Amino acid sequence: MKFGVVVFPGSNCDRDVYHVLKNVAKQDTVMLWHQQESLSGFSTGDCIVLPGGFSYGDYLRSGAIARFSPIMKAVTDFANNGGYVFGICNGFQILCEAGLLPGALLLNDHQKFMCKNVYIKPAHHKHPITKNLEHKAYKIPVAHAEGRYYAPENIISDLHLNKQILFRYCSAHGELGEAHNPNGSLEHIAGICNAEGNVFGMMPHPERASELQLGNADGLQFFNSLIVNATSADRVLN
Amino acid sequence: MKYKAEVTIMPLKELLDPQGKAVLSGLKHLDMPQVKDVRVGKHIVLELEAANETSAQEAVDEACKKLLANPVMEQYEFVLHEAGKK
Repeated sequence: MKFGVVVFPGSNCDRDVYHVLKNVAKQDTVMLWHQQESLSGFSTGDCIVLPGGFSYGDYLRSGAIARFSPIMKAVTDFANNGGYVFGICNGFQILCEAGLLPGALLLNDHQKFMCKNVYIKPAHHKHPITKNLEHKAYKIPVAHAEGRYYAPENIISDLHLNKQILFRYCSAHGELGEAHNPNGSLEHIAGICNAEGNVFGMMPHPERASELQLGNADGLQFFNSLIVNATSADRVLN
Repeated sequence: MKYKAEVTIMPLKELLDPQGKAVLSGLKHLDMPQVKDVRVGKHIVLELEAANETSAQEAVDEACKKLLANPVMEQYEFVLHEAGKK
């Protein structure tokens, strides 16, 4: 599986996710400048990563301007052809702004930027990124001001119907509850995918928790699950 | 013709507006209990050239729909007038 990490002006987790994919997960990984207009060399079994950061200064709304970067036309075509597109934090916001994922990420209910470890657990094990995860809480850091997932009621029912909710915030023991929801997200949602499953995003940063030397390797299991289970034939939710 | 559009973008009424809540709490600290609610939005001014008012309207509407506002979380309205006139 080949990975391409898009670098927008203002991305700041691009190096982190590149390092983890290339040097820790040992995958063929390249960085992609936002000005390039094609994704030649990538096929639908590969994955484009939109990393965290503050693309275009978060002006107007987080992710609102980045979606007009030249590369996003190619990313959209790639997604529509079934290629994997994974957005982390600001990348998740960009995917929602681009309409590749439903809903929006609103200002946290407590009004503050928040950078801390939280716990999330997979909602099911039918997606490549959740398939090899255990049914337990994983400790993954978040760092955002706009992470409150919101979508109108009909979209939320679709998410349930199509098993599009991938991750929920929870306690260290996996319990759901307002006390464990760090930003006020609807239904404690921390990550979702599109109906086809090939476009997915999450607010927490698994790339910041992927090496034991740094104190926490929970995040590496997310990448490993994706790498092992993502093939062009087996990309759809099943 | 030159036109000026003043766009107002507000968070949807049914959504919690944390900025508004923060400002409300600031006003309470200023001893202004008269203020019961605050919502914070954006004011965006566009200057544009268009053949006529209708095409200017359409252009502003498209700008709002495609970029300036996100209909999932915001609503917008705008006032259009010929540049130079109020």
